[in-house]
Amino acid sequence: MTTTDVRHDPPIDTTLEVAQAEIPYKAKRMGRFNRWDTPWLNSKLLAGVAIISAVLLIGLLGRLFWNTDLAYTASSPLNLPPVGFVNSRGVEGTWAHPLGTENSGRDMLALLIVGAPNSFLVGVIAAGIGMSLGIFLGFSAGFIGGKVDDVIRLLSDVTITIPSLMVLIVIQSLIRQVEISTMALLIAMFAWPSPTRLIRAQVLSMKESGYVQMAKLSGSSTFSIMFREIMPNLTPYLFASFIGNATGAILTAVGLESLGLGPQRVPTLGGTVYDAISAAALLRNMWWWWGMPTLLLAFMFIGLLLINLGFDEIANPRLRQSSQ
Amino acid sequence: MIDSTPQRTDAPVLTVRDLCVYYETPKGDVLAVNGISFNLYKGETLGLVGESGCGKSTAAMGILQLVTPPGRIAGGEVILEDRNLLGLNEKALRSIRWAKLALIPQGAMNSLNPTMRVSNQIKDVITAHEGRQDVARLRTRVMELLTMVGLPGRVYDLYPHELSGGMKQRVCIAMAIALNPAVIIADESTSALDVVVQRIVAQTMLKVKQMLGVSMIMIGHDMGLMAQMVDRIAVMYAGKIVEIAPVRSLFSVPKHPYSQMLIESVPSLKERKALKVTEGITHDPRNPPPGCIFQLRCPFVMDKCRTVAPPLQDILPGHQVACHLYETSPDGRLHVADAVGNP
Amino acid sequence: MSQMLLEIRNATKVYTQRGMGGVKREVVALQDFNLSIPLKPASIITIAGESGSGKTTLAQLVLGFIRLSSGQIIFDGQDISNADARQIKDYRRQVQAVFQDPFGVYNPFYRVEHVFDTVIKNFKLASNKTERREMIEDALNVVGLYGGDVLRKYPHQLSGGQRQRIMMARAYMIKPKLIVADEPVSMVDASLRASILDVMMRLKEESGISFLYITHDLSTAYQIGDQIYILYQGGIAEKGNTIDVIDKPHHPYVQLLVDSVPVPDPDVKWQGEIVLPPEEEMRSSVHSGCRFYPRCPHRMDRCLEAQPPLYEVGDVGHQASCYLYAENAVAEKIK
Repeated sequence: MTTTDVRHDPPIDTTLEVAQAEIPYKAKRMGRFNRWDTPWLNSKLLAGVAIISAVLLIGLLGRLFWNTDLAYTASSPLNLPPVGFVNSRGVEGTWAHPLGTENSGRDMLALLIVGAPNSFLVGVIAAGIGMSLGIFLGFSAGFIGGKVDDVIRLLSDVTITIPSLMVLIVIQSLIRQVEISTMALLIAMFAWPSPTRLIRAQVLSMKESGYVQMAKLSGSSTFSIMFREIMPNLTPYLFASFIGNATGAILTAVGLESLGLGPQRVPTLGGTVYDAISAAALLRNMWWWWGMPTLLLAFMFIGLLLINLGFDEIANPRLRQSSQ
Repeated sequence: MIDSTPQRTDAPVLTVRDLCVYYETPKGDVLAVNGISFNLYKGETLGLVGESGCGKSTAAMGILQLVTPPGRIAGGEVILEDRNLLGLNEKALRSIRWAKLALIPQGAMNSLNPTMRVSNQIKDVITAHEGRQDVARLRTRVMELLTMVGLPGRVYDLYPHELSGGMKQRVCIAMAIALNPAVIIADESTSALDVVVQRIVAQTMLKVKQMLGVSMIMIGHDMGLMAQMVDRIAVMYAGKIVEIAPVRSLFSVPKHPYSQMLIESVPSLKERKALKVTEGITHDPRNPPPGCIFQLRCPFVMDKCRTVAPPLQDILPGHQVACHLYETSPDGRLHVADAVGNP
Repeated sequence: MSQMLLEIRNATKVYTQRGMGGVKREVVALQDFNLSIPLKPASIITIAGESGSGKTTLAQLVLGFIRLSSGQIIFDGQDISNADARQIKDYRRQVQAVFQDPFGVYNPFYRVEHVFDTVIKNFKLASNKTERREMIEDALNVVGLYGGDVLRKYPHQLSGGQRQRIMMARAYMIKPKLIVADEPVSMVDASLRASILDVMMRLKEESGISFLYITHDLSTAYQIGDQIYILYQGGIAEKGNTIDVIDKPHHPYVQLLVDSVPVPDPDVKWQGEIVLPPEEEMRSSVHSGCRFYPRCPHRMDRCLEAQPPLYEVGDVGHQASCYLYAENAVAEKIK
């Protein structure tokens, strides 16, 4: 290459100076982000898990620290208010029964400790059965298609429109004695359509994806495609759906219990509320009787809701706040 | 910091200076656009080319102030008709977008509302900026726009799904010119189309540009299309502009080694030659090497390139290059270095 | 007996769509299509066409994902239309594919090595771990990659070019006789395309694998294609040696196509404006006569009567489906 003679006309500086890369930038790892910022450590999810864990711990470990026999009738003095309060008779609460007692002599704290896991159990069992059914039916409908799909879709659409609480009320009022497992089964009867539809929709869309085509091209069998290719991608949806279903099941269960249709032989949170209402606790100003279980239930639902929201944010990055 | 292209002495319509757009990641900022500057004059089309990851689309978003977190505009100025867009609030920006500065995005046909007729969508754009209009006049105006982009009148009442890809793209062009903006940015606006349709849409854009005197920034990677459509080309690499030249100069005598690589790798329909395999951007965009941004791939790299970043400077009237091969000595003479190429 | 690797005879594929009110609409995706790929030497056969030309349908047919409405596809002497499951599996060992979307073909749940493992398992390509590792490494080296760099990564951590090359490696590892490449570079950045096309050329020359290269980009077809078939709305407009067809196009559609490819030379601009006729005339289903009639600058009354057969134009093997060339030679009879 040779030198080229180029004259610039105006005497003023005609070069374009660009301050290249003089702007300082964050080359280090830190800043607003740090090692702890992975999507899984979502604040809502963590808060929700914390709350639920706390509730579960009360139930599981509580019996180590508190005498659960006090949950049975005539085990304690009657109608005691919680510590620091005075009931309408002027009797003060004691530390022997920190959350008070109710009019059959059951200790509130013991009731909560025994009742909380029971309510959870119902939700988990019902959701579990509903999900299993949902997975099986959803996969069949999505993958096999045709008449099978039509039948399953019809059934699920019909079931969803049935007012489940009403039917459950009727059924359970006919059955005299209900166990937790029975109740769970009944609730599951109405819990399966939603996961079925979800899974069916996901399977339908994944069926058309490039990697399923590739798997076919690689000689994979239909079975293998369903379980090795599609299933693993469904797990986040399954998880989130499970939490949603469990929440719904617990809510239904509590509803039934508070109408007096729940299990009679074991204490449940909803059952305690029912007892309170039927004993006119509101009139007698025994707010701790219906208040304590309600408070615990509120906590449980808030926790489950936060977990659900947290999952939503993880699955859909657009919902995440940009600066945490 | 004056950019002088002796052919144009009028004031530029759009001036971009030292624009920086960075993306935050847990491991540091990605310097997507790292200090680019150029002028856009009235009625001209400036092409912005570069490979994937060079930052050209990000630059467009930066100019339009449409950068969303985790990206942010980290510095620079974007001056449109004497107003610096970087300092304006959202309300002022909204009044400028479409009216003064319009965008034809890639896959624009997917940004049409499928539930609204074409006419209503175009009318929306107009009324959103100009308030309520006389119905008859609005209709005439929309019909005129459709004619300008070569669409038959019956398109007025159609829904987007009833149109072909090329027709939808032309509707998007009509929307972009509806308010007679000063600048239109077309971001890969023909890349999803078939060859013949692409030609039609491109020719429509040229015609429209000529009729309205609009200035355009065309972003793309199809060098053949650039040759047809633009007056000047800016070549970007890894967030920086390495060369700006009139289109003929760039194609016939590309100066920057990267531009040379680019021109050489364009597949031709005239002769079969050996395929030139290139690698893409090789350095970590969070940590560019000190000195010239292109040093890792440059066949003519010198020691100076590893420490000092070459500024973008004039080497010929209207032709700027950021490369140490071309140095202007104090007396105004340009020296082109004898460089030993790296294998 | 079979001199041909792949022979497609009179292939027709019609899709029936149920429109509004139960009205059936037939869309002919492919009409009386004929194609042959010789066994030797390995070649790259380009199928070029725009959207609606039928090229994607052709790929799906050759890969056995959809069935023909009529006609035959004969691979290595065997008609694959009636293949059973075992035969289809054998077929998959001989005919593989690389698709357009470099991302969608990977299961996001797994690391990249999953695509190799699936194939090795299903086709029993390796008998032990060492063999497996060597096989994968060899395939990756052929496409210019190293196992250590890419195998343990997730698909989103690699570039489009790398992902496509890995797909090529996967296809190569099976040692098929034919690879169907359906727009392998159109979603890859322009600067990385050459590397993938280069891989295709090398696989052809060094490993004797033939390609059915489906594309809409004539420039890349010109660079690597041996034979080219240009499709227009389900039929062949012109076919022949790639260089002949693109240098001297005879069919008016192909002339328009070649003319419309933007030339990377600022002094060579498109000449003239094109006006497309209304959509209804263009997308017709079972339309008698030449499909290009509405857009053809040389149309004659004759063109409406029947779809023109392929006539010899220019060099041997170079044929165009246009009545303009009817006087030149006897119409090519396809058995």
